[in-house]
Amino acid sequence: MSANLLKESGPREVFCGLTSIVWLHRRMPDAFFLVVGSRTCAHLIQSAAGVMIFAEPRFGTAILSERDLAGLADAHDELKRVVRDLLARRPEIRTLFLVGSCPSEVIKLDLARASEQLNQEMEGRVRVVNYSGSGIETTFTQGEDGALSALVPMLPTSTERQLLLVGTLADAVEDRLITLFKRLGIDTVRSLPPRQSTDLPPVGPGTKVLLCQPFLSDTTRRLRDRGAEILPAPYPLGAEGSRLWMEAAAQAWDINAAQIRATLDPLMERARLALEPHRQKLAGKRIFLLPESQLELPLARFLQRECGMDLVEVGTPYLNRDLMRSELELLPDGTRVMEGQHVEQQLDRVRDARPDLVVCGMGLANPLEAEGIATKWSIELVFSPIHGIDQAGELAELFSRPLHRHQLLAAGRQC
Amino acid sequence: MDLTLWTYEGPPHVGAMRIAASMKGVHYVLHAPQGDTYADLLFTMIERRGQRPPVTYTTFQARDLGGDTAELVKRHVREAVERFEPDALLVGESCTAELIQDQPGALACGMGLNLPVVTLELPAYSKKENWGAAETLYQLVRGLLKQQPANPGAHNPTAWKEEQRRPRVNLLGPSLLGFRCRDDVLEVRKLLDRHGIEVAVVMPLDASVADVMRLPDADVNVCLYPEIAESSCSWLERTFGQPFTRTVPIGVGATTDFLAELRALLGMEPPASDEGAQQSRLPWYSESVDSTYLTGKRVFIFGDGTHVLAAARIARRELGFEVVGLGTYSREMARPVRAKAKELGLEALISDDYLAVEAAMAEAAPELVLGTQMERHSAKRLGIPCAVISTPMHVQDVPARYSPQMGWEGANVIFDTWVHPLMMGLEEHLIGMFRHDFEFVDGHQSHLGHLGGLQSGQPEPNAAPAMTAVAGDVSGETTLTWTADGEAELKKIPFFVRGKVRRNTETYAREQGRGQIDSETLYDAKAHFSA
Ligand code: SF4
Ligand code: SF4
Repeated sequence: MSANLLKESGPREVFCGLTSIVWLHRRMPDAFFLVVGSRTCAHLIQSAAGVMIFAEPRFGTAILSERDLAGLADAHDELKRVVRDLLARRPEIRTLFLVGSCPSEVIKLDLARASEQLNQEMEGRVRVVNYSGSGIETTFTQGEDGALSALVPMLPTSTERQLLLVGTLADAVEDRLITLFKRLGIDTVRSLPPRQSTDLPPVGPGTKVLLCQPFLSDTTRRLRDRGAEILPAPYPLGAEGSRLWMEAAAQAWDINAAQIRATLDPLMERARLALEPHRQKLAGKRIFLLPESQLELPLARFLQRECGMDLVEVGTPYLNRDLMRSELELLPDGTRVMEGQHVEQQLDRVRDARPDLVVCGMGLANPLEAEGIATKWSIELVFSPIHGIDQAGELAELFSRPLHRHQLLAAGRQC
Repeated sequence: MDLTLWTYEGPPHVGAMRIAASMKGVHYVLHAPQGDTYADLLFTMIERRGQRPPVTYTTFQARDLGGDTAELVKRHVREAVERFEPDALLVGESCTAELIQDQPGALACGMGLNLPVVTLELPAYSKKENWGAAETLYQLVRGLLKQQPANPGAHNPTAWKEEQRRPRVNLLGPSLLGFRCRDDVLEVRKLLDRHGIEVAVVMPLDASVADVMRLPDADVNVCLYPEIAESSCSWLERTFGQPFTRTVPIGVGATTDFLAELRALLGMEPPASDEGAQQSRLPWYSESVDSTYLTGKRVFIFGDGTHVLAAARIARRELGFEVVGLGTYSREMARPVRAKAKELGLEALISDDYLAVEAAMAEAAPELVLGTQMERHSAKRLGIPCAVISTPMHVQDVPARYSPQMGWEGANVIFDTWVHPLMMGLEEHLIGMFRHDFEFVDGHQSHLGHLGGLQSGQPEPNAAPAMTAVAGDVSGETTLTWTADGEAELKKIPFFVRGKVRRNTETYAREQGRGQIDSETLYDAKAHFSA
């Protein structure tokens, strides 16, 4: 790999791990995410969750007050009281995630112990799990890593030969991928997280893992410890990446090349057609990815190789070289990959480079638009069904649309 | 520990950001972890601003905690001052930094910076956003003005006469993320200009540090948003002798009173008593025959203190509504809201639990809800029309068009925005009723449409207000069933009062020990409750 790997530190502008709740709660409708934190934490998830909340959100915050800070022992009791109230009001909850925040970490509120005690009290009616989504330890998508790795110890053990897809996918995308794996000849495909929080997949020596998302370091480590094998592959974004990802599984199942070609070639051809109109809009355009979701490397790879874009800079909040190896190998020589953040310096570089498109967090998008630079929100990429060969066109569209819009408006200004 | 699924106010440092971001040349260094930077999107997305708020977050991480976080704070202060060259610096901390006790304010003050530094202490575990905004404004005003000579006894608000100039006032309180503040400022400026009154400084919105220094030059301060400006206004009064206005000019009556109060403070003649009727359409629209159907509409009001107080007055005195619920999440405004509720024969709901608000709303069974975006959602679930009158802000509350709440034009805007959902409800009902009528073409209703509808023998919607004395829910005893005929009759009732009629009828049926509800029961109940 010969990307130009750089590092930067300074003021960051990235969501904390609490934000992952916003998509995790949709994936597992029988789960509830209770943040143990401050008014800031409550305000963050409310604001990040599309600003207005649904009828009955499956997440909430137990807000620490001065009283809780004064007496830690009481804080534990208070937390248990809040949990009991919550479970009484929402009897349909099957899994309760206690999510640690900066304040709860700093005052050393022992959520592991609280979960343990609550688990005993609940006698299996509800499973209580804990992880940290705090901003002093995790960024944005790392919250999902925390939630999933907290589930790993609960997974039953099995030596069954199976493919385990790890990382949240849109339900429709997941269905489609499972169909395709079946066509290839892989019959047992399971997912973590499951659609029902109680429907936990087993894991063990027969398990081969494909990571659907690149931000799952802890989960990966724990799955390995349980005997699972992680199949190295790029991530299933774009036609090429998705194909290599599926092929990694096919090879592990010793499926012959002809079968793979017969299954995937037609999809690739269709994806090529779907990509073409977007490729026309995107080719030769310059893109700058600010660090946020950890999807930056796979996206950059897709945008460069399949859409013909030029990569000005690819930021990433942190770089796990092991999990990103296959992606780094596909990036063109000398690509500037910037790990960490100094948001002001990065914005200076954006202004100097005047790229055609910037991928960034929600707080930065409008200010950049006001400077005449088209943007794409990172968070949208975590929400949208973009995985798989069939979705390559949709994925490209997410990037061509802001450019197209800028063109339309520029044309409008001339008449 | 409180369980919150949704909150009306952010933490106090978000209030401080509102002040910093509203002003020019003020920068805020906030000791906070990276996730707290979400607050930027309140400004750049909800308010759709083209600039980031002027905030530098230290974004400390767990690994910094063992080391020198003090050095980290100083580095960020230094960088922020170099990069942004502000005229004044605010230094504060968010909830997490409060726990680690680095005292960033003291650190910054010790750095020998060549600019005013205002230290903010905003207790994150006991206070909220509006309090934080008020405190920040106050600390900023006090911090910047404390060197100025003060002689409160010498201030003469009528000095403009001898000095042969126009009277001069400051407008205090409008800020970013405040409900329609930008438009309110324009409207109040227009209003004052008609009265020959000059606006010296508007603060915090668009005020510079130099503007703050000019605050004491005004004759009177206008306190536009008490939540945010009252503490500053009263400090200015104590320190410089500047009196300030208490009336917030929202609605025709309040605008009239406001003008009278301000002119009296300035030693001017009282204003013409019919100015409101001349300048605003609200009084005439409200009198016009088309508004008859608004008579006694039952409204439930919840939001920030300033806007609910104004709404209660307008609802009752200017639109002829009946206020059946009043409350606020602004604990700082609990006293006046309680007093207002008492005046209306109600008990105020002071709560920041939206579920409690929803329950109170369901209980009051109003025909219109005036609330926040959250009450809009709750009202939708209950099938009640709703207009939004208060923060918290939603991108929908930042319209592209001019849409003030204050002054004469504000009264017009309020008339439209409140009456519209009621009309929509009526219209929806009519559309349902005339769906099979060959003459009826969707979307082509004359203004008399509703009369036609009401005369055709349906229970008219404004017969409902009489049915108010709903007893508390006596659930669990008799199981009630609606007969097909009862259901059919119920369906004829406009959807926005249907819920209440259903409840009343069920209460009545229970009281009467009837297990089945048919159309007769419904009419009996109607007669019972209007008796
Ligand atoms: S950064 Fe920490 S304090 Fe801030 S919202 Fe995230 S978890 Fe809460
Ligand atoms: S239709 Fe009526 S109830 Fe629904 S949001 Fe609009 S105003 Fe509110």
